[in-house]
Amino acid sequence: MADIRLEGVGHSYDGGRTWALKPMTWTWRSSRAYALLGPSGCGKTTLLNIISGLLSPTVGRIWFDDREVTAVPTAGRNIAQVFQFPVLYEEMSVYDNLAFPLRNRKYPKAEIDQRVRRVSQLLGLDDHLRRRSRRLDPGRQQIVSLGRGLVRSEVAAVLLDEPLTVVDPALKWTLRSKLKEIHRDTGHTLIYVTHDQTEALTFADEVVVLNEGAIVQAGEPTELFLSPAHEFVGHFIGSPGMNVVPAEIADGVVRVAETDVGRAVGELEPGPVHIGVRPEFARLGGEGTSPGLPVQVMEVDRMGAYNLVHVKAGDHPVIAKTEADARFAPGTVEFLHLAPDRTFLFRDSVRCGSIAPLDAGEPLDSIAPLDGKGAP
Amino acid sequence: MALVLDGVRVRQRGETWLHDIHLELSSGMTTLVGPMAAGKTTLMRVVGGLLPPDAGRVVVNGKDVTAISVRKRSVAFVYQQFINYPSLSVYENIASPLRIARSFPKKDMDRRVREVAEIMGIGDLLDRRPAELSGGQQQRTAIARALARPVDVLLLDEPLANLDFKLREQLRGDLKNMFRDSPGVVLYSTADPAEALTFASPTVVLGEGRVLDMGDVADMYAQPPTLAVAATLSDPPLNLLPGVIREGRIECLGSSFPSPGAHDSGRNVVLAVRPHQVTIERSGSEVLEFPAEIRLAEVTGSATFLHLLLADGRHLVAQLPGTQLFTPGERAVAYVDPAHIFVFDEVGGRLLATSAAEVDLHG
Repeated sequence: MADIRLEGVGHSYDGGRTWALKPMTWTWRSSRAYALLGPSGCGKTTLLNIISGLLSPTVGRIWFDDREVTAVPTAGRNIAQVFQFPVLYEEMSVYDNLAFPLRNRKYPKAEIDQRVRRVSQLLGLDDHLRRRSRRLDPGRQQIVSLGRGLVRSEVAAVLLDEPLTVVDPALKWTLRSKLKEIHRDTGHTLIYVTHDQTEALTFADEVVVLNEGAIVQAGEPTELFLSPAHEFVGHFIGSPGMNVVPAEIADGVVRVAETDVGRAVGELEPGPVHIGVRPEFARLGGEGTSPGLPVQVMEVDRMGAYNLVHVKAGDHPVIAKTEADARFAPGTVEFLHLAPDRTFLFRDSVRCGSIAPLDAGEPLDSIAPLDGKGAP
Repeated sequence: MALVLDGVRVRQRGETWLHDIHLELSSGMTTLVGPMAAGKTTLMRVVGGLLPPDAGRVVVNGKDVTAISVRKRSVAFVYQQFINYPSLSVYENIASPLRIARSFPKKDMDRRVREVAEIMGIGDLLDRRPAELSGGQQQRTAIARALARPVDVLLLDEPLANLDFKLREQLRGDLKNMFRDSPGVVLYSTADPAEALTFASPTVVLGEGRVLDMGDVADMYAQPPTLAVAATLSDPPLNLLPGVIREGRIECLGSSFPSPGAHDSGRNVVLAVRPHQVTIERSGSEVLEFPAEIRLAEVTGSATFLHLLLADGRHLVAQLPGTQLFTPGERAVAYVDPAHIFVFDEVGGRLLATSAAEVDLHG
């Protein structure tokens, strides 16, 4: 196990014309479970392949603790990898597939058996150990691939590239929690690449959000959800993502569609701004109590466990998440309340402040913005 | 427009993949929801004419098309794995079915291509080749091509399954609006209950090659007739606990509650409860209590998934609102209000009763 440090690492597939991965400096700390989250084409797999040595970066250096590995090929980096689709020896039994990485590295026979059985038990493969891999369904084959990635103890890191793509939705939940238990057991450094925010948030100690080849925010799942530093993070994390509503700041007051919704907190020039608020923190109902924003109810999606109420504030669509038994009828006018400590202001997509109630009697510093900037 | 499947049976490699399917679908969108290997793709291939059934008929607008080749049917397909002509531009990909269809007036072609491209949000990508597009844009192109020529039957086989989560969320909303008032029959298959619930269109639940239920998806969610339907429509998965009916009460792992219906004593039942109905704070007096060890707490910000290990070795997952912090290894008590329990017969999985009215999704 080692800290994996990227020093100014960047990659270009077209001789430097564009960066698939913009030069970055970043450390993956030993024994942590990371999720690398972003849309397709954001550079996730490029970054993963640079760590494993399948790809040599255009610029920058890679360190495993104090050993530079930039020029070291994959075989010399001691990394385990799990891919999107099963990679197995089809004619071998499940047991032999799991044992293969250990036999390759000349583990003692007794330890091989013990490790294979431990992984097999954790992943629920005990009943299949003697079967040939090709006789398993694709979902179970992928579980065996996962087991192969986790069976060795001394790897520098286990890299997982969207490992649950071919697995049935219900089984995903089970496997993810197994993976977490295995991580707690073994203390592997895990880097789990996914575009699925639920997977990332439930799996990781720390989520690294990648967009257009750059890290836009990294932090604990709760932090990314509650206090997004970038509009992209607000949008990409959470389902549905954060509402972004164009607004205007004048005389320190934030206005949306001709209604004052709160005081701007932060050192903000007057002018256009975006309000970001998650559907969970946009509450509907009540009277026009300040700073209630009158909105028109357009449509209600009944999702079973909750409802998604689509409303319009002026011309701007906003989604509010409500209880399943809440009653809002399309066509009616309701008031939208933005939770003050969970409503942020963004300029050029970057968070620049927050909103406080208009009639707040308390001093400003009790509602200081989360980034610590702009407090009086 | 109407599509009827009349006793459609498919056997392959000695196994029955579809068991005498009877379905009547009308214009607009129908969602076909089921887990992997439920028979969704097989059913679509039969409807599309790619797979002749071993028994039964496919009838479109009163006309038996079972023996008619796929080329002569008015049908379009979108597959999970997007398929485009790699050497053609997006424009030509969308135009290709119109060029082949003799009946389509050539003078309308350009307008139609641009129209569907606009609907799918790829109007500014018409000159690109598929290789120059992201996965989402490629699938939009494939869907646009399927939409270009008006057809009697449009089949979409898990079209969003290979896309990014966020794209899926966005396209889900777009497709719902697009197909709601479609003049043809649109059959859309998915394994994702959130998709089926969002579409809120007539829904067929398929499992192991059989139609398990059909109707309004919100009703089926609220009152699933069988355990298999409940499981198909629940994500995160249902918690399942064993129970037995004794003298008007249902006993479950040391707790008991009044049996909601009159059933024979001694009958074994399966109790199902959705994770968001499990709490760790007592609510009400007549609640079931399950002492447990906390194995894992997964925090997403909007919810915390608490994985609990019960005394008998079973697992229970509680979905709690917001962020709540727990330490693995700690003890906790999980509470379940009997009103939120579905009671299924252990044999056959039929719903015996919900304890009380589930949330009425239609108000």
